[in-house]
Amino acid sequence: MPTATLPASTSTVQAPSGAVSPCALRIENLKTHFMTDDGAIPAVDGVSLSLSRGKVLAIVGESGCGKSVTSYSILRLIRPPGQIVDGSIMYYPGDGTRPIDIAKLNEKSDDLYRVRGGYISMIFQEPMTALSPVHTVGNQISEAILLHQKLTPAQAREKAIEMLRKVGIPGAERRIDQYPHEMSGGMRQRVVIAMALVCDPDILIADEPTTALDVTIQAQILKLIKDLQASRGTSVVFITHDLGVVAQIAHDVAVMYLGRVVENGSVRQVLKSALHPYTQALLKSIPSLGTRGARLPAIRGSVPSLTNIPPGCPFHPRCEHAVRGRCDVGGPPALRTFTGNRKAACVRIEEIHPTVRELTAAEVAAADTLAAEVTAAPAGRHNH
Amino acid sequence: MGKFELSHRPYTFPATFRLRINTMSSSTLSSISVAHPNLADANGVAPHGQTITSEPLLRVRNLCKYFPIKSKGIISRVIGKVKAVDNASFDLYPGETLGLVGESGSGKTTCARTILRALSPTSGTAHFRAKDPSAPGGHRVVDLATLPDRDLKPLRTQMQMIFQDPYSSLNPRMTVGDIISEPLLIHNIGTPAERKDKVVAILRKVGLKPEHMNRYPHAFSGGQRQRIGIARALIMRPSLVVADEAVSALDVSVQAQVINLLMDLQQEFNLTYIFVAHNLSVVRHICNRVAVMYAGRIVELAETEELFSNPRHPYTQGLMAAEPNIDPDIPMQFALAGEVADTGNLPPGCAFHPRCPKKFAPCDKQEPVLQKVAPSGCQASCHLLTPPAGS
Repeated sequence: MPTATLPASTSTVQAPSGAVSPCALRIENLKTHFMTDDGAIPAVDGVSLSLSRGKVLAIVGESGCGKSVTSYSILRLIRPPGQIVDGSIMYYPGDGTRPIDIAKLNEKSDDLYRVRGGYISMIFQEPMTALSPVHTVGNQISEAILLHQKLTPAQAREKAIEMLRKVGIPGAERRIDQYPHEMSGGMRQRVVIAMALVCDPDILIADEPTTALDVTIQAQILKLIKDLQASRGTSVVFITHDLGVVAQIAHDVAVMYLGRVVENGSVRQVLKSALHPYTQALLKSIPSLGTRGARLPAIRGSVPSLTNIPPGCPFHPRCEHAVRGRCDVGGPPALRTFTGNRKAACVRIEEIHPTVRELTAAEVAAADTLAAEVTAAPAGRHNH
Repeated sequence: MGKFELSHRPYTFPATFRLRINTMSSSTLSSISVAHPNLADANGVAPHGQTITSEPLLRVRNLCKYFPIKSKGIISRVIGKVKAVDNASFDLYPGETLGLVGESGSGKTTCARTILRALSPTSGTAHFRAKDPSAPGGHRVVDLATLPDRDLKPLRTQMQMIFQDPYSSLNPRMTVGDIISEPLLIHNIGTPAERKDKVVAILRKVGLKPEHMNRYPHAFSGGQRQRIGIARALIMRPSLVVADEAVSALDVSVQAQVINLLMDLQQEFNLTYIFVAHNLSVVRHICNRVAVMYAGRIVELAETEELFSNPRHPYTQGLMAAEPNIDPDIPMQFALAGEVADTGNLPPGCAFHPRCPKKFAPCDKQEPVLQKVAPSGCQASCHLLTPPAGS
């Protein structure tokens, strides 16, 4: 297999663990805007991300940063007045067949139906609204199976029961005929997860799946997602605003602010030695052992409205490193690649972190080509 | 004395209060509720001669709030009860912040609301040390649990609430000025001009501008709305403020601002907080003492540092282990299986025993009692810590 030799040769550029993971999903310059009477609202404005096969990528940010719109765009669930105005969402199927640009698929095409719920499925935040109150959970899970697989209703029901068991619902045979209102919040979220995983998707998008849950139930659900992800080799995009959850579940993190990715790297890189001033400030403003009883170093101001994005770096009015004449002029700073193959969008990174160096165009290109070669090769599922 | 400590931890509550808590024991506490409704006479707990500040602002004893479960049909009979709050007892000292934590359905919000008489308690007492210039000493102690509504209304100025959701807790059709001055209007305080001055002053205190007065809530961000809610609660200059998940709906960066604001205002106005929350890192930051609730009962009550460094009740331990740590190298533990017990149908014995990893013989038969389990004054209700007689 030609790819077998690649991991060793690229280990210095990619992850320190030594293995290069092929890409499952690559978003390039995605722009999802909402067309209103007051003009276009750039909810997502030039997001580039890649999800490695078999890994968990967390997208983290405050409300209004565009993390949910990004995830909805991946499944083309954006409804007017919203629309994807630019960019590509390349999905690389696990079986090595040719990649699909989801952003360009026809709204009614069979390909999109196959992607949605088949190759890529989603867990929604609010388990009460994600489930239909007038259908039994069994019927709702079976619906997904019957749509995507050639099975009889009886077989689908068997499969649904098996799936409910896998997500840790006791008495699955009895529970399958219950309605969502007969279940607790944690149980409902397990049903939603069962529904999302029953077609054995390649990619799972989890949009704040534990935000509405108690911390003990959250721990159970995170463990469930982690276990299922590891045993099935599913690649996961995990949307959250909780940096603690990110630390516990993700391999890679993208931090978003006002519709753009401001920092992207491995979970250890981002949480333990953040590059971007926004990430640093966010981490500092969380109460911790050392801050007890003292003032918290809060970020000043609040997230600006998307209709009124500041010029230059969108974060500059709240940034303690902002310099007049550099941070507040021109367009938003580009996401640049630095040593350790981590990315940040800030013009002052080298000044704030003297030890960090921007990779040259050649070095970035080398890393990118290698990654592209790996993904283009019909390698199948590496992590199995 | 406490000066050194205060300069380092400006918000921590003076050491003298802590000593008072330490001397309490549950046996004396339970007797007070019935025999000594007058706090000053409470034997061994708040004896005469103590400085005024060391007397509790609020003394809650055996507070219960049950909701009836009714049968379906035309003639509905009461067929059971939901024990939303069962036998809650604690003291609250002036200037301190008491955290109420637990999972949803643990009764923490119901407990706070019952104390404020937003709900009528089923039984128990809540003695509140109310400001009253006409009473000797400027204070009088009233039992909020049994006070008639007409006597309660003037006291409401001294007890206020900050709500969780900054979107639904502000009337979208009222201007910010009207929202904040409404409590003054209800209690018939001041002339319109005086009320306006008060609104301007409190707006400045919470970090908003006087010109915000004439705007409507929709023009503000979540953090600013929460500041409006805080201004509305504080304009009456209350002594007791219940913050019910006051920062839970806010983004991390804004949450830190509001936490700072709450702590600044506490110092400036000598506020006493009951801080209802589920986020343990926020609770640890802001609270002096923490009561952990499970299925309507307080299962552990201790000083914050002690509770977090040495949680004694298995439920507290499980709750803390489940909190995701921001350090990826400290893995989360999945200690607690199952879900919160149904308060309408509690398991026998200790309500926590079906989920408890440490349950043993007496747990499913005998109900543990909240009692002192350490010299520091930490209280917990667990057979493991205080084995029942005969086991």
